[in-house]
Amino acid sequence: MSAKTDVKTYSGFKFMTLLCLVILYAPLIVVTVYSFNASKSITVWEGLSLRWYADVFVGPESGKFKQAAINSFVIAIVAATISTTIATLAATAIVRGGKFRLRTASLGLISLPLMVPEIVTAVALLIFYNSIGFDRGLLTILVAHIAFCIPFAYLPIQARMQGIEDTYEQAAMDLYATKAQAFRRVLLPLMMPGIISGFLLAFIVSLDDFIITNFVKGAGVETLPTAIFGSVKQGLKPNIMAISTMLLAVSIVMVTISYFVSKSDNTK
Amino acid sequence: MAGGAASGGSSAADTYAGARNWLLMPSWVVLIVFVLAPVCMMLIYSFLTKEFRGGVIWEFSLKAYDQFFCDRGLFGDEPCAIEWTYITIFWRSIWQAGAATILSLIIGFPTAYFIATRPERTRAMWVFLITIPYWVNLLIRTVSMKFLLRDQGPLNDFLISIGLIDSPLHIINTNLAVQLGLFYSYLPFMVLPIYASVERYNFALSEAAADLYATKWTTLRRILLPAVKPGVIAGCILVFVPSLGAFLAPDLLGGAKNFMIGSLIEEQFKGNAGNWPFGAAASMILLTMVLIILLIFARQQRKAEATS
Amino acid sequence: MKLLTQSAMALALMANTAAAEGDLVVYHWFEYMPQELLDKFTAETGINVTMDTYDSNEAMLASLKAGGMGTYDVAVPGDYMVAIMAGEGLLDTIADGELANKGNIAPEWADPSFDPGRTHSIPYQWGSTAFSVDTEAYSGDINTTDILFNPPAELSGKINMLDSQGEVMALASLHMGIPQCSSDREQLKALNEMLVNAKAHWASFNSDTAKEVLVSGDVAVGMIYDGFGAKARAEKASLQYAFPTQGYVVWMDNVVLLKDAPNRDNALKFMDFLLQPENIAAVSNYARYGAGVSGVGDFLDPELATLPEANPPATAGQGAFIEVCDEATQAVYDQIWTNVKK
Repeated sequence: MSAKTDVKTYSGFKFMTLLCLVILYAPLIVVTVYSFNASKSITVWEGLSLRWYADVFVGPESGKFKQAAINSFVIAIVAATISTTIATLAATAIVRGGKFRLRTASLGLISLPLMVPEIVTAVALLIFYNSIGFDRGLLTILVAHIAFCIPFAYLPIQARMQGIEDTYEQAAMDLYATKAQAFRRVLLPLMMPGIISGFLLAFIVSLDDFIITNFVKGAGVETLPTAIFGSVKQGLKPNIMAISTMLLAVSIVMVTISYFVSKSDNTK
Repeated sequence: MAGGAASGGSSAADTYAGARNWLLMPSWVVLIVFVLAPVCMMLIYSFLTKEFRGGVIWEFSLKAYDQFFCDRGLFGDEPCAIEWTYITIFWRSIWQAGAATILSLIIGFPTAYFIATRPERTRAMWVFLITIPYWVNLLIRTVSMKFLLRDQGPLNDFLISIGLIDSPLHIINTNLAVQLGLFYSYLPFMVLPIYASVERYNFALSEAAADLYATKWTTLRRILLPAVKPGVIAGCILVFVPSLGAFLAPDLLGGAKNFMIGSLIEEQFKGNAGNWPFGAAASMILLTMVLIILLIFARQQRKAEATS
Repeated sequence: MKLLTQSAMALALMANTAAAEGDLVVYHWFEYMPQELLDKFTAETGINVTMDTYDSNEAMLASLKAGGMGTYDVAVPGDYMVAIMAGEGLLDTIADGELANKGNIAPEWADPSFDPGRTHSIPYQWGSTAFSVDTEAYSGDINTTDILFNPPAELSGKINMLDSQGEVMALASLHMGIPQCSSDREQLKALNEMLVNAKAHWASFNSDTAKEVLVSGDVAVGMIYDGFGAKARAEKASLQYAFPTQGYVVWMDNVVLLKDAPNRDNALKFMDFLLQPENIAAVSNYARYGAGVSGVGDFLDPELATLPEANPPATAGQGAFIEVCDEATQAVYDQIWTNVKK
């Protein structure tokens, strides 16, 4: 046993891991700390205050951010739901559909949004919407998000499904369950952890997207990232830091929930 | 992750073979209409005539590609010489993205390895620790990076206070700042695929090597690395490709002084230039480059699978 | 699934309210309109204002041409951009009598070359573009364009330029004493060479943070608009706005009526609102620029009259508007800009 851990451990790797975490978290900690700064200037520390949090909800820009937050969450929920559904169906066909001619092509198509650089997708969609005369607004953002969220939803779902032996469904069908029943009652519940992580991944990707949204959004339609960009370009302001800190808190809560969901699943 | 999707599953279960086409239909429709068709449309636009100040005229023209590859002087009337302007911009992007990738690998590999060798109970927690920062908007992370790196920013203050340096390091608005920004933006993308392959690695191999008196570093180089190579390559691609087309980091951290591919393309549609066919052509060239890189990767992966 | 339908409904609802009556969609520069004034407009007329912002004339034009037409009612282009947009057919014509307060336009701005007879636009604000220098970092003469294009050693590497092709090119032309839309090859070559060499002295191109980088001390010289310069000086007293002897850029931003405006009547109400001295003075007090409307004097912050940024010294060169070049000439200027930024 001691020999085994010895083989596994490399001195210095732990240090690198800690360094990695420091690098990842340092900017976030700075943002969090300065969001409680009483000063209007971000460069001067004037003591603890919650004024910027109040500013987010009642300040002059609160209306804009509220609308942007609603847009962002609505788009992220709808886009993640639709793309997860599409991805689940596709994964079922690809993992449980036997060998077929278009299998590789289907996989290639699904991973296309991952392979095409975001700026290229953004330009292509701008040109496309423009040439078919699709008026830009929330709907154009939503459709774009559904498309590029599909591979993010797909990957965890496929990974999960590959880990499930098809004997479960076979057994169900031996007991005279229809294919649809086997899918709904056996495969789907087993796949739930994969579907949930696929949904969450798609949700974050949609919530976080700036480049594509910025190219396809309509007049006055803002999502949180574009609204933040509008403000942040003129310099990091304390109210933006407060928003970021709150978003970070939301993220941590969601991540923690999904952590316990997957944990409880493992103990089953 | 791209590699994961491309290799698909090898199981030949065919429970739903009959419903296959119906199951695939939604993904095909959405992706063909909203990804493939737009890219084709962009290809067409790159061969159209530019309209002064944005937009296109529906007339075939090779002008966009000519502008990219041919230097015809300041006034556009000299014979075609090699155009270095855009080669320089592309080369700079490749170099910046490459440096960011190597930095990520240096930090990301040990991290991924360390996490994968933790007891199974705590692994998920480590993975979450790595992914949480990614949940914060990229813009905010980039801007806070800018804040951190300023001449009078917290990083310099800290380094001066511990006596490591005397005068502030000038990082902001340099290439290094862009590299650090890209590295920071995509670091989790490097860690996760490597983690996934190290986790699947059979440590009995390392033990066997140790039994044969291989040193630990030899084992790492000769046994572990080849085994987890697909994860490493996938991680590199996931950092390199988005870095290549980035425009936030060069804009915010690099002072918008030197174009990178992403900012060059953006300028054609949103900025001063308003040259759509050229923007479309530059996008096509970028896309071709990325696809070639992925193709080489996929071929190597297949070769590696065939020999192992 | 229930969540999905609910979200879809919410989405549809939001799309509807945006098109409802009583709205106005303004496409505007960032940080250029006090929120209180918009609130006042809404209180007076019951019209809801949606505002989207941009950071350069060119970005605004690009966005409008890329499918933004028909969604915005009014925009606020600079002088030369009004002429360009009119030439592109993006502007609607304001018929005689449609604007009740048109007579309030100050005589000197009533018939400008970029919009003869004011058929598409009304004045918003006017000012100048030059640069501010931190006098703590440099004590020499600042009223020369050499500060930007041929800086003394102590300022090299501490200069921020506006990321705006038109303004940089215009100031560079003034620096060299050549016309703005020159077609003289030798002049253009010299301009190209001068800019490429000058770039080695520049730290960054930033329009949005032009003020912030000066105040924070990240740079010692920054190209800036006069009102922004005044705001910067308010935050850091050692910053001084320069009026180069070679000349400087003057501009006027104008509210234009866009073609296919979804709320044309409301747009006209908005323009009338901004032609009332009291209202446009509120913009001047906020943005620290001049208003192009008669009778604003009573409503202006008294400080504005003596603002150093708005009162050029006797040594100052001529102020020049940015000129609109033809397509062939513009292609050369675009090439120079690419050479600078490559």
